[in-house]
Amino acid sequence: MTSAMTNLGKNERSISEIELQIMWNRLLSVVEEQAQTLVRTAFSTSSREAGDISAGVFDLNGRMLAQAVTGTPGHINTMARSVGHFLEAFPTAQMKDGDVYITNDPWKGTGHLYDLVVVSPTFLDGRLVALFACTAHLVDMGGIGQSPEGRQIWHEGLFIPLLRLARAGEMNEDLLAMIRANVREPVQVIGDVYALIACNDIGGRRLIAMMREFRLDDLDMLGEEIITRSRRAMTEAIGKLPQGTWTNSMRIDGYEGPIDLVATVTIGPDSIHVDYTGTSGMSSYAINCPICYTEAYTTFGVNCVVAPHVPNNAGTLDAVRVTSPEGTIVNALYPAAVYARSVIGHMMPDVVYGALEQAIPGRVPAEGTSNLWSLKMIAGHGLTGIGSKVGTQFMVMSFHSGGAGARPNQDGLSATPFPSGVRNVPVEATEAITPLVIWRKELRQDSGGPGRQRGGLGQIMEVSSREDAAFGIFAGFERVKFAARGRNGGGPGEKGRLSLASGVELKPKGLSVVQPGERLVVEMPGGGGMGPAGDRDPEAVRRDVRLGYLSVEAAERDYGVKVE
Amino acid sequence: MAARTRLAVDIGGTFTDLVLELPDRTLSSKLLTTHHAPDAAVIEGAKAILAEAGIAASALELVIHGTTLATNALIERKGARTALITTAGFRDSLEIAYEHRFEQYDLYMERPAPLVSRDLRLEVTERLAADGSVLLDLDEASVARTVETLRAQRIEAVAVSLLHSYVNPAHEQRVRDLVAAALPDISITISSDVCREIREYERTSTTVANAYVLPLMAGYIANMQSGLRAIGAACPLLLMMSSGAICTVETARRYPVRLVESGPAGGVILARNIAARGGYDRALSFDMGGTTAKITLIDDFTPQQSRHFEVARAYRFAKGSGIPVRIPVIDMVEIGAGGGSIGRLDAMRRIAVGPDSAGSDPGPACYGRGGLAPTVTDADVVLGRIDPTRFAGGKIVLDAALAATAVEGGIGDAAGMGVAEAARGITEIVDENMASAARVHAVENGKDTTGRTLIAFGGAAPLHAVRLARKLGIARVVVPRDAGVGSAHGFLDAPIAYEVVRTFLVRLDQLDQVGIDSLFAEMRAEAEAVVRFGIPVGDLVETRTAFMRYRGQGHEIAVPLTGAGLDPAAMRAAFDETYTKLFGRVIPRLEVEALTWTLALSQPFTLPVQQPVPPDAGPAHPSGTRRLVESATGEVVEASVYTRTDLSPGMRLHGPAAIVEDGTTTIVPGDCSAWIGHSGEIVIEGDLP
Repeated sequence: MTSAMTNLGKNERSISEIELQIMWNRLLSVVEEQAQTLVRTAFSTSSREAGDISAGVFDLNGRMLAQAVTGTPGHINTMARSVGHFLEAFPTAQMKDGDVYITNDPWKGTGHLYDLVVVSPTFLDGRLVALFACTAHLVDMGGIGQSPEGRQIWHEGLFIPLLRLARAGEMNEDLLAMIRANVREPVQVIGDVYALIACNDIGGRRLIAMMREFRLDDLDMLGEEIITRSRRAMTEAIGKLPQGTWTNSMRIDGYEGPIDLVATVTIGPDSIHVDYTGTSGMSSYAINCPICYTEAYTTFGVNCVVAPHVPNNAGTLDAVRVTSPEGTIVNALYPAAVYARSVIGHMMPDVVYGALEQAIPGRVPAEGTSNLWSLKMIAGHGLTGIGSKVGTQFMVMSFHSGGAGARPNQDGLSATPFPSGVRNVPVEATEAITPLVIWRKELRQDSGGPGRQRGGLGQIMEVSSREDAAFGIFAGFERVKFAARGRNGGGPGEKGRLSLASGVELKPKGLSVVQPGERLVVEMPGGGGMGPAGDRDPEAVRRDVRLGYLSVEAAERDYGVKVE
Repeated sequence: MAARTRLAVDIGGTFTDLVLELPDRTLSSKLLTTHHAPDAAVIEGAKAILAEAGIAASALELVIHGTTLATNALIERKGARTALITTAGFRDSLEIAYEHRFEQYDLYMERPAPLVSRDLRLEVTERLAADGSVLLDLDEASVARTVETLRAQRIEAVAVSLLHSYVNPAHEQRVRDLVAAALPDISITISSDVCREIREYERTSTTVANAYVLPLMAGYIANMQSGLRAIGAACPLLLMMSSGAICTVETARRYPVRLVESGPAGGVILARNIAARGGYDRALSFDMGGTTAKITLIDDFTPQQSRHFEVARAYRFAKGSGIPVRIPVIDMVEIGAGGGSIGRLDAMRRIAVGPDSAGSDPGPACYGRGGLAPTVTDADVVLGRIDPTRFAGGKIVLDAALAATAVEGGIGDAAGMGVAEAARGITEIVDENMASAARVHAVENGKDTTGRTLIAFGGAAPLHAVRLARKLGIARVVVPRDAGVGSAHGFLDAPIAYEVVRTFLVRLDQLDQVGIDSLFAEMRAEAEAVVRFGIPVGDLVETRTAFMRYRGQGHEIAVPLTGAGLDPAAMRAAFDETYTKLFGRVIPRLEVEALTWTLALSQPFTLPVQQPVPPDAGPAHPSGTRRLVESATGEVVEASVYTRTDLSPGMRLHGPAAIVEDGTTTIVPGDCSAWIGHSGEIVIEGDLP
């Protein structure tokens, strides 16, 4: 296939082998550089702090060859499927150097309008050789804002179908003007659009350099090998599991009422099928989850247990198959509101793990907080006051997490996200750009589910404004009514709670306004415990009391350990 | 740097290296590090090398010292019994860290435990706002309560880190004074002193790390001083910092955290000087030892600098698994790739190498100490690059048969490859890993690796340098003389310097020039107070940098501020230029802001003068031949073997060749030639494919 592969003499097979491995490594390095560029230039906190982005390279059939490992699993497979939609809309034969394509279609992109998907073709000596795709979560997309209170997709902002963002290097200024006019932070949103373009450009440039170095004319053979081998590795990993079918269900708070998530996991000889039949129907509000996002988090959860070291690409795409009847909340249909689809999506690993525990005991954690407890706070006309009474206007999002579930041999991680991979925003950074004061941010005593291994602790945050003005919080919190359950006799984590310091309880989903002088109190849930609490090493209980993770009362009540 | 009789000492994890510079010659030596009392080896070594030189200790004009002791104390958790005093409500910041899983797919990941456990993280009642104004006065009774705990818990070191102290340090200073008055023997570090920057977790982490190593380092430096005095050396002692500059004993005692990774920084300073002597204005420093490789970009003879570093990465060198410290550092990318790195097959039957290492015990299989896993060194032995009888000057005889067995058993059989191919697979993959890390690092800094000169030192680097260079689009490789003690050599060339930082968020269109000027004046005074300990009189070189971003972005870029004026238009132009260099294009119509400002003050230093290429001294004479495998092709070739000490400036040779010295072997592939420079360095050149 290449001149680098000729003159190999008797060692041909194994030399090609080493070259191939090196080119594969190089391709992973190319998408890593592509992703880095996006993180470093993005504007929205979710992209730059939390790494809520994705970047990958595709062959001309739309098969993903490599994807960067980024902060979020929400784009696994979703971006891969998205490129297929682009290829249907824009056949490769018509692509020109300098073309860029864009969408935020939740069903053809990554699940909500806030994620832009950008695809750029890459040319080598005038020939199309690959496609680069990337996604980022934007600061704003207009509509109702970052709230789960939308009821239809049209409430949620500007819907960009599959469109050309640039034609042979010429930016589509009409589209940019349309975006600018529809969002709250036009400069930052447009800045992110540019960051997405730059990210694909860097990827393309690196790929061309690599192809020249290895004297590749196309990616056909390399792609074929990557896909075949990755699939084989998945097959082997799945082949080690017992075959059969297991079911688990989990009840969560939902919006207007509780939601049952039901997963049936079938392990076959070379693939795993997760079906969500039995799961509740859609909500009137924006916690509906398109199937692409359900698939991403399901696949991620399964891969963490089954094949954590196999890279994601077209070869692994179908190793975990995810289905659900249309109209269930995990396969929500147009025109449902979907902004807060992560409320559901982040729960998928917990649901699946309940089934996997039956198939392969002793490998999965207990249930955790799972859904992020990010604080989206706002002050603005019409929401927190009228006209000049609003004070300083702002919109800020800071990522935070409750406790994770206990592991088979380890306590759960405190104040740590799973399955999401975000990072928090420093308190000082939030206070520097808003009039908010965060009075307290500390681990929440007694919130970890009791068990032989204790669940991770949640945390408590208290927030007020320095100004004589109200501020609002767009809540989208789970595990307030139904706790994260323990496993194998472990107790549940403490439930979450949203309230005012004055004692008034606030609703866990939707906008609440905190009046001047009031203090918002956010108590984040703890993770579930593992195994009976009575089996916990009394020394570990005493240490927990000494460090204040556990009160003296809880040590005696939950663990039967008296501490002086 | 006027002194002519100087001693440089580098204490590493395994060896203590000494370099004695005399007006007419340079001597070097290597001793085993004495872990129980590290100064012991230094004094022993100093006595020996002075005796060898035939001079008295009193003739020494300067001793410069670098050490990994602070780093090791952090890695091994052997620092002082430390407490943290912080704003009420925030004692868990140190433990909650970034609320992040740095290893996405690992359900069993653990974050490193904080240096101060929760019961020793004490709270005081006070609160500042982001603009420095007081929301809650400091409650001195709450400070008194923490003093009781400090006393009862027999605390040796205290870190004080209060919210927004980077804007207004008054509360921290008051806490310091109150604690010092009550407990005069305790050492205290306050965050506004050691790291005056926004972002509470990183500032607190830096402050705690400083407090944690402070008593140990202060004691050790005092021992070193008295030891030197005892043998008759009355000269000053200076210490190497991670920034590549040196500082006085006073500075080192106050800010010992700035000494982490000072050894590797010395290596980069050596590389910088090699670059200056050769006129290589775009260089790449490559230091590869037993466990890790470190790569640094050097442009215009200035090593890439950074303000963020992670010590003691616990988890396969993963970003985020260590202790963050915000200090001035030479920006090195560290890869788990060294001679001891272990090769294996992954789930896709691909060869994977490192970051786990066989270390020195049991070490590579060929050491014959019970190691069974195939390492990079084993692969190098199988490929004929290392002569088993001449490793480490013949002090360790390697067993080539054990190397072959390990490579065959660990990789070859399962992958269906012959032993030589499997060995080549290991070296190719480790070289590719290093190349990938270097490339991503360059991209993060808006730079490129191609067309540079690679400067290679450390025991394993000369074996891999040319192959790595090819993968990075580099045509020239330089291997300095005495590459094994490169760091200590570098100490001799480092200037006395100090860097001060401030956070002050300001929009460019609202820039208050008077305010910024007074900020810089304050920073200058602080830096000068430190530097003048070492350079009482004379000119100093000042460098100002603003860390800027588009309003709304989360990451700043370092924009050099040249010229005295801080005109917003000029700053905007400088930002645009830097941004374009990094990311390809500027974003129209966005506001720009500056968050953090640094001022570095340095002793003026002159780089070595560029040396001409020495006149052709004819071909070098090989001492024999050896069969080795070419990396690029896998072909077995007959290579000439040269003894490095036989080579003198101007000599030339052609690959394939192996140049053997006590500490390492330099491989010259068949398509390259080499010549010896004035300073004894090997310069390898070849056409890029």
